Amino acid sequence: MDTKAPPKTDIVSIRNLTFSRGHRKIFNAISLDIKRGKITAIMGPSGTGKTTLLKLIGGQLYPDKGDIIVDQQNVHQLKRKDLYTLRKRMGMLFQSGALLTDISVFDNVALPLREHTALNKSMIRTLVLMKLQAVGLRGARDLMPAELSGGMARRVALARAIALDPMMIMYDEPFTGQDPISLGTLVKLIKELNNTLGLTSIIVSHDVEETIGIADYIYVLSEGKVAGHGTPEQIRNSDSKWVQQFMKGDADGPVHFHYPATDYREDLFQ
Amino acid sequence: MIDFLQKLGQTTLTSFAKLGRGYFFLIHTLIGIISVLAHPRLLTKQLYSVGVLSFLIISISGLFVGMVLGLQGFYILSDFGAEETLGVMVAASLVRELGPVVAALLFAGRAGSALTAEIGLMKATEQLSGMEMMAIDPIKRIIAPRFLAGFLSMPLLAALFSAIGVIGGQIIGVGLLGVDDGAYWSQMQSTLDFQDDILNGIIKSIVFGFVISWIALFEGYDAAPTSEGVSRATTRTVVNSAFTILGLDFILTALMFGDI
Ligand SMILES: Nc1ncnc2c1ncn2[C@@H]1O[C@H](COP(=O)(O)OP(=O)(O)O)[C@@H](O)[C@H]1O
Ligand SMILES: [Mg+2]
Repeated sequence: MDTKAPPKTDIVSIRNLTFSRGHRKIFNAISLDIKRGKITAIMGPSGTGKTTLLKLIGGQLYPDKGDIIVDQQNVHQLKRKDLYTLRKRMGMLFQSGALLTDISVFDNVALPLREHTALNKSMIRTLVLMKLQAVGLRGARDLMPAELSGGMARRVALARAIALDPMMIMYDEPFTGQDPISLGTLVKLIKELNNTLGLTSIIVSHDVEETIGIADYIYVLSEGKVAGHGTPEQIRNSDSKWVQQFMKGDADGPVHFHYPATDYREDLFQ
Repeated sequence: MIDFLQKLGQTTLTSFAKLGRGYFFLIHTLIGIISVLAHPRLLTKQLYSVGVLSFLIISISGLFVGMVLGLQGFYILSDFGAEETLGVMVAASLVRELGPVVAALLFAGRAGSALTAEIGLMKATEQLSGMEMMAIDPIKRIIAPRFLAGFLSMPLLAALFSAIGVIGGQIIGVGLLGVDDGAYWSQMQSTLDFQDDILNGIIKSIVFGFVISWIALFEGYDAAPTSEGVSRATTRTVVNSAFTILGLDFILTALMFGDI
């Protein structure tokens, strides 16, 4: 473990994290900190390992090296029981929503309450309806997940993620595949939840504009390293070529649009 | 040559690794069963989808198998003038062998494949990961109830198969071919032995139920989280279950009926 204890203002501290899939190093000794009560975004193109990072924070994957400290606890040294206790205080919103498809919206949101609290039926009902009201879907409580649109499913998943009033929520690509209206409501919701419930939010995303609009602090990942970090302004004015390319979405720059290949003309006319 | 050895070594290692995961999975599941007993509602739902929905295929197949036994048995036995013992032959074949084995094969195809596909898809759509992140153990909440339901359903389905098969044999033997109804039943009753025949058949189907549920759920849980991964896992469930059922049937039969 790192000798310096992370300051209390950081809810998550990642130190020298290295993680590989097969031969590919997804993270190469990265370090980053996430401030309590803020919205922190972690950005990078698809396949950089953003989802992997969230799973590492949640203790679902084990790092090859390095430490992840969440709320003063080293996630990967916790016993299973303590890890589960910690997870009750971390909500995670999966990209797909990950709702259980064989039970209704209501039961999905009620699930963590039924499993982890001793509340009686009517209290659970009240809580579930409050959470659903917060995401605007109180009226959809009796629907099955298959009957929801993508945007609605993600909002139900959000209601489920806040059911136990966690200290932080991790959002995996919350903006991808949303129509403009659900996008707007989602952005507002994430902000509201963060401010009214005093949550910490971690947003993992490759949607530049939406993310820049709501994040307090941004990390940009590239090829297993932190390519740049700072407030949205600092990131916009970053002098890293890489960060610039990512922010502007240019096809040319340090990252190439084309997968490495032989000469195009040669390939066509051989 | 080196390549071949390397591949062989690799394959052996991965199969052992999978076997190891399979045992861990089983132990974890068996522990999880304790918590299922505390939430019986989880179980009833699975008993319905695993057990009750297999009723029809088991009943119809049992009827046909019994009818074929009635026909074949009658032709063989009447050569020796022993058609009175048709009931014994039909019932003994069913209770000892065909009931447990054929019902298990059908169960693996009907319920086992469905379980693998269901669990594999839950994995591919991150439902299992999602539960873990909510600090809910998917093995306790999802796997264990299904395991218990499969384990409990199998002996009942095998018994149903045998019972309907006996009736099928009677329809053909007594109804069509003119064997005496009284002889059909009374010979059966006096000759079949509770321990040798019925109990052994039940033990077989309990073993098969255990193994099929284990294979089906583990293949789903261990599937690669893609469409292709789930489809391969489903195939593996049916193939591996069939081999395992037939192999175990031989071993169990040798232990129960042979003088080994
Ligand atoms: N279960 C897995 N097995 C092997 N490789 C994986 C697995 N999940 C993800 N990867 C690989 O890890 C890399 C990072 O994936 P991911 O974290 O999903 O990226 P992102 O979320 O940034 O798009 C990708 O190259 C992906 O192919
Ligand atoms: Mg991702």
